[in-house]
Order: sequence, then C-alpha cells, then structure tokens
Amino acid sequence: MDVTLSVNGVSRTASVEPRITLADVLRDELGLTGTHVGCEHGVCGACTVLLDGRSVRSCLLFAVQAAGQEVTTVEGLAAADGTLHPLQKAFHDAHGLQCGFCTPGFLMAARELLDENPSPTESEVRTWLSGNLCRCTGYQNIVDAVLLAAERMRGAP
Amino acid sequence: MAVAERTIGTSPPRKEDPELITGQARYTDDLTMPGMLHMVVVRSPFAHARIKGVDASKALAMDGVVAVYTGADLAADWAGPLLMAWAVSEDLKNPPHWPLTKDEARHQGDGVAVVLATSRAAAKDAAEAVEVDYEPLPVVVDMEAALADGAPLVHEDQGTNKAYTWSLKNGDVDAVFAAAPVVVKERYVIQRAIPTAIETRAVIADPSPAMGEYTLWSATQIPHIVRVAMVVATGIPESKLRVIAPRVGGGFGSKLQVYAEEALCLLVAKKLGRPVKWVEERSENYLATHHGRDQIQVAELAADEQGKIRGFRFNIMVNMGAYLMIITPGTPLLGAFVYCGCYGGDAYEVNFTGVFTNTTPTDAYRGAGRPEATYAIERIIEALARKVGKDPVEIRRLNFLPAFTEPTPMPGGLSIDSGNYDATLDQALELAGYDQLRKEQQVRRERGDTKQIGIGLSTYLEMCGLAPSRVLKALNYAAGGWDAATIRLSPTGKVQVIAGTSPHGQGHATTFAQIVADDLGIPFDDIEVITGDTTLAPLGMDTYGSRSIAIGGVAVHRAAMKIVEKTRRIAAHELEVSDEDLDYASGTFSVKGAPDRAKTVPGLAWSAWTAHDLPDGMEPGLEETAVYDAANFVFPYGAHICAVEVDTETGQVDILKYVAVDDVGVVINPQIVDGQVAGGVIQGIAEALFEEAVYSDDGQLLTASLTNYEVPAASDVPSIVIGRGPELPSTTNELGVKGVGETGTIASPPAVINAVIDALSHLGVTDVPRPASPENVWRTIRSTRGGDGR
Repeated sequence: MDVTLSVNGVSRTASVEPRITLADVLRDELGLTGTHVGCEHGVCGACTVLLDGRSVRSCLLFAVQAAGQEVTTVEGLAAADGTLHPLQKAFHDAHGLQCGFCTPGFLMAARELLDENPSPTESEVRTWLSGNLCRCTGYQNIVDAVLLAAERMRGAP
Repeated sequence: MAVAERTIGTSPPRKEDPELITGQARYTDDLTMPGMLHMVVVRSPFAHARIKGVDASKALAMDGVVAVYTGADLAADWAGPLLMAWAVSEDLKNPPHWPLTKDEARHQGDGVAVVLATSRAAAKDAAEAVEVDYEPLPVVVDMEAALADGAPLVHEDQGTNKAYTWSLKNGDVDAVFAAAPVVVKERYVIQRAIPTAIETRAVIADPSPAMGEYTLWSATQIPHIVRVAMVVATGIPESKLRVIAPRVGGGFGSKLQVYAEEALCLLVAKKLGRPVKWVEERSENYLATHHGRDQIQVAELAADEQGKIRGFRFNIMVNMGAYLMIITPGTPLLGAFVYCGCYGGDAYEVNFTGVFTNTTPTDAYRGAGRPEATYAIERIIEALARKVGKDPVEIRRLNFLPAFTEPTPMPGGLSIDSGNYDATLDQALELAGYDQLRKEQQVRRERGDTKQIGIGLSTYLEMCGLAPSRVLKALNYAAGGWDAATIRLSPTGKVQVIAGTSPHGQGHATTFAQIVADDLGIPFDDIEVITGDTTLAPLGMDTYGSRSIAIGGVAVHRAAMKIVEKTRRIAAHELEVSDEDLDYASGTFSVKGAPDRAKTVPGLAWSAWTAHDLPDGMEPGLEETAVYDAANFVFPYGAHICAVEVDTETGQVDILKYVAVDDVGVVINPQIVDGQVAGGVIQGIAEALFEEAVYSDDGQLLTASLTNYEVPAASDVPSIVIGRGPELPSTTNELGVKGVGETGTIASPPAVINAVIDALSHLGVTDVPRPASPENVWRTIRSTRGGDGR
C-alpha cells in the first residue's frame, strides 16, 4: 500500500507492506540512513525521530501509522543552508559522541526536550534522555552538550 | 618565521563529527549493492542438540527465496574452520569451529543453516519455515559442573571439558606462603558480560565473479586480521580480497573477532555470484556475538604482620563457552602479569583453567583479562587490610612500588615503563574529599542511618599497547603486534595519513592529525586520516587492547619524522648547506645562525613533486611508511575512588561521587582522553551494579534482550571527576604515550564493589556478588544478619 508522509518538510510517498516499520521506510525506501536501528525492540532509542514534534521510536511504529504526519529525522535537524542546529554544534564542541551510532537518536530526543524546556537542569536532561542508550560516552559529555546547547539557545553568555 | 602552535595537549573538535551529527555517515547497514541478496541465519534454539535433519523445502518454495544452505551443504566448500589464533598451551583442546555446525549445535544460537532471499523480510519469513530436526542432548553451563566427573561433554570427541591449563610462576611461591605469618584467601565470581555495542554487527560481501575478486564490508574492529582469517576459511586469496570497516558503531572487543557470518557472506556470494548482506538483530547479538569475563577466581596473598605483601597466588577458572574463537583462550592471559596490581612482592603465581560449556563463546571485552586481574588484586588487598587492621589507603601505600621513571621489574616478570602510584592516590584522595567522606560515614554509622555510606578504592596497574611481537611469540599468539602508517604529501602540501589501526569511535583521525600537525608544522585542517580499508591501508594490525596511540600513533609519528628527514635533505640542497647546518622546528628548516634563510615542509613537497632539483639519487615525491613494533608494553595506572550510599533496607546502591585519576602518559587530546575515561568508567560501573548474563540450567540465555540485560541509561549513572596524575611519559616510546581505552573498565568495578562492602562492613559484610543489584545487596545483608537471604 502507498503511504504519504511529510519528511523533513518534503512530501514523500512510499509503497510498503503494512508490517514495515517507519524506520525501515525511512532507511530503505527514502534513503535516509541517518536514523539508526540498534535493537528493534524499542529500548536503545537510536531510531528516535520526531512525529509532529514528539519523539517516537521509529522501529516500533508501522509506517502506515505515520501516514499524513510530519516526520523529522536527523537529516532535517540542520537548517536548509546547512547551518548546524545548536544541538549538533554543541555535540561537536563538547565531544558528545564517539562512534556516533546512537547520536541521531540522542539529538532528536534532546531537541524535543529543549523545545519543551529551554532551561533544563542536569538531572532533567539525564531523566529525559533515559530512553536512549549510549555505550561509548558514559553520557557525561552528552549531558554537557545538551546543557551547552540550551545555554546557547537561550542566548546566555 | 612564525612557529606553528602545538596542537598536542589541546582539543580541536573532532574531524570525525560532521558526518556523524548530520546523519550522513555510512555504517555497514547503510550500504546497498545492485542485485544484493539478504542472508538470515537459522539458529539452534537448544544449547546442545544433534542435528538429525534439515528440511528446507517449504522455505525454498517461498517468494523471493534464492537458496538455503545447511552446514552439511557447505561442508566441502570451506578451506578451513574459523581462525583461532592463540594456542596458549600444549594441552589446549581446539575443536574446529565451522561457520555453520555440521553435526551438533553446542550453544543456543549456534548457526545451523542460512537462507538467501531478495529482501530481508522474505529471508526472515523463510528462515522460520526451515524445519530442523533436533535431538536435544545433555547441557552443561556451569564451569565447576563441567569439570566434574561424568559431566556432559560439549565436544564429545575431546573427552573432557577442560580446554587448557596455563601457568605463570616467578619465585618460590609455596615456600613464601608456607613461611608467611599472614595469608588471606577469598573466592570471587566475575559474572559474564555482554559487550552490547549499539550498532550490531553487519556484513556485505560483494563479488566480482569475472575477476575473482571480493570486497567485504564488515562492522569490525579488525579488517586486516579478518582478511587473513577469510583466506583460512574460504580459500579466497588475500590478493583478491579487500576488507573495509566503514563507520563502525562501537566494538568494546566484541568486534575484535572473526565471525561465522563474515565467512558465510563471502562463501555464499562466491557460490551465487551476487552481493550478500547480513545484518544482526539485537536478539542475535546476544547469542551470536561473543561475551566477556565469566571467571571464578581464588585469590591469595601472603604477607607479614604489618600487611607487607610477600607472595601472590591466583587460581582462575575461565568460561570459554562452546568454541574457542580468535583469542578466547588468550584473553585471560592479557591480565596474567597484572594480578600484582601496583604492589611489590617476592613470589608470584597465576594459573588459568579454561572450561568449555554450552554457552556463547567468550572473548575480549573492553579490558580483556586486566579488569579480572584488577578485580582480584583490588579485592584481596582490602581483605588483607581487614586482616591486619589497616585502612585501605594505608595498606596500599605500604605495598606500592616506589615512584620510578625508568623501567622497573614487576613480580610476574616484564618491566613497567614509568609510575608514581602515591601521586595518583594523593590526587584522587583530594578530589574525592576522602577525609570528609570518612567523617560523614562515621556520623551515619553512629546515627544508625538506614542509608549508609561506603568508600571504595581501586589503585590499578594496566598493561596495554598490544603488543611487542617477541612477547606475543613467547605467549604463543599467532600474529605480531606492530602497526604501520604511511604519510603522503600532495604537491600543494596537503597530507594524507594512512594508518593501520581501525577506529570505531576513538577519534583516531583527530588524534593522529594532531601528531602530524606538530611534527610537520602543517595545519590540522590540511591533514586527512584514512583507516579501515585493507587496500588503502594494506599494513595494519587494527584496534584493540588500547594499542592505537601507543603503537599506531607512534608509527604515525615515525612516518612523519621520515618525511622530516627527506625534506631536510631537499632543504639543505636548495639552501646549499649541509644537513647538519639546519635547525628544524614545526615544519621549518632554517640555517643555523641565519634563520631568515628557511624552507618549509609544504614548500619542499612541491620541490619533491616537480623533482626539478633534488639531491643526486633522491626519488621524487614525498611519501614515507613506518612500521613500529614496540620493545615493551605501556603501563597506565591510577587511583579510582567511589563513594556510595547503600540503603540497608532495600539494597539500593547510589553512587555519590566517583573520582578517576588515570596517568596515561603524555596526552595528545585531553577531551578525547576524558571521553574514553568517562565511557570506560560507566561501562565498568555497569558491570559492578547492573549487568549480568544469566543462563538457565538448560542453556537458555535469560538475559537476551535490552529489557533483561540492563545497560544503564543516563539517569542511572553519575558524572565523574577526572584527574590526570603526574603524567609521567612512557619510557617505551618517544611520544611518551600510554593507552586510555580500557582504564575505566579495568579500574572501576573493584572501586564500586569495595565501596558497597565498606558501606556494610559494620554489619559484618565482607563480600557482595556482582552485580551489586538491589536484590544481591539485600540478600547479602539478610544472610549476614543471620537470615537466609530469602
């Protein structure tokens, strides 16, 4: 069946079996391989994307469930001219990633957090990101990166 | 002429990041080839079963299915079994490990057949339709049970489950123990861990049938070693096989392996003449990617009345799992020399017994042998402290080897490059606010609080930088431990560094570029680093054992110095002076006494390219290769202090403070080093508090998903405080570097467990099982208080 979604602001249509997940459609049909699949059972959070602005695990969602909605992936995080989102810049500056495999999921989850709460505490960041697993960083620099991005987005010195 | 600023010791943001933070990086699963088939492996649900027959007829009839092969179907196609590279002893049993089993499944997840189809979904559907007739056989999962008389045999034809015995002895250990006034002896169980890189494994084999050539993409740490091993398994000549590790999403040792699926994809691609892709599901990762640790340790120290150590003795049983993979038997040996920690003594003995069980094979997991060794010594030294009535700090200071900056012998043999153990302990105590923590602990004790505080130390000695090839030969490892780098300058002075190590998150491109930037005075941004491809970087031994800076980084530096030497000759020729009349600093050669007469490396690259006026006999171009084989290991060390709060009613452990002081020698990029420390410490804390692979008696892995195997999230763990100690340069190499990839997982488990025990010591607790989960801690408290722990 055909599914039409808006992905990163562009209307896309894919022909899929009903059992195909949103992650598989993004990766295999639309060529957006920035969304990673780490566990296929909704624990690691590497596949996190935004659906109408809310974070979802694209490995647990059938593509048909996202029909007609707005999907934002890591490829849609930077501005159209390539200017990095403050979160991307902060992850780079604060060494918030090592192997990078979990990074897209963390970026998308963190973006939702900062949309909701521009001034999170360290504890709030840790709690918010507890649905995403990273095996490289020990989370310390990820948390620091999110706090740094928040500070920059608030225009603080 | 301006001298370029040194980049070593600074933290330029990583070269690796731009593609990783935008989703543009390509990992193996992101790649696709024209006409590609998808492979799914049919795996045994039984831990031990005879394969009586396989009926693939239903699967073969399904849409999109191209082929099904069983172990028997492929038996004649293999040139050999999967490579096992470390025959540690004469008595080693090494039953062949075939990519698909031909006769029996020996652990849950052992491969029985493969299905090839035009889509992944079709291959999965068909795999479920393959009917295998299993005859279940008796199972053994416990090491001590496996060594008992009459135990079921994992490999019937070997006649025993004992895989090997190996010993290291120095001095008259028995006499030292017999004469010692104080002996302490304890038993520790290091639970099995599952590495759990967030990217599972993935493989693509792409054949060029007319040319007889193959490209193998694999999410591996070791493309060079995989290439050699694939020759052994498939018979495809090395000259026809290119192995590429593209972006790789973490490894932690689990991708330091030669896996069945790499050989299977290649062989099936060869048979069918089409590209074949296999991507591991997370549930498969738990069964088919190697596990780590899993030891039963008996630790003994002999000491005098004051607690000064005289002798060390450790008897260690190590679970091999069902097969020996690339370094399964050798993994514990990587820790054999550091069971002494940073302490002196007259006699030293370590004995390993490897045991086969019907479980997933074990092999290297971040730290590989050294976390186990460190756990044993850092636990038993605290037992010694209790026995002689000393504080954990005092007992360590009494036994530390004195500070040294020249190689110094250690109790088990080998020599340590440099160390100052008091200095790292001093810094850790200060950063932790140790005295204040002890006071707070005392207050809570006196108040009888439900939540008690414990403070745990771990003053560890690591050896890494694998490895001097001569030592590897002495230990019977099949390969060498050198590494290589080529540096190539373009006519306009841009630099390619082609390195033989193969990163998966460690930031080699950034760190190596910093070394070259300083050596050649060329801007960091003008240097690119190429890794992970056996055609582009044909010489290499890959990444594991904290070797990439201590071996690979030194090779990069040496290649750069060869460029300096060649450009020096060109500069001298152009300036019409002798080589010795030139000073060199940061990319500029200047005439002694006339510094305005100068040439720079980028300019000399142009001269080398035009070749218009080179010294007589000099070859044009500017490209140099260095291969570095270290004379010794490097020995990071440090002091970790963990303060925990333990709820004596629920068993809940919370970390209040964690301090890691690690002297890793000269630090190239502090931010990357801190990242390695923080990541490693949290991974070690995870072993101490959360993670445990659990098998049922019939060999079913009960923790076979991320919901059962508890990898901690950000909310479960603290931020840690990092210190660097005196930063003594290693005397092993001219950069003075050690290694930092494994310090955290080596040091942290005993610091955490010692802290938990310390918090409960007033209740009489002297041991707590790993992981110190609420349940395990609660049971420990209950049983110590005289209850039955239920």
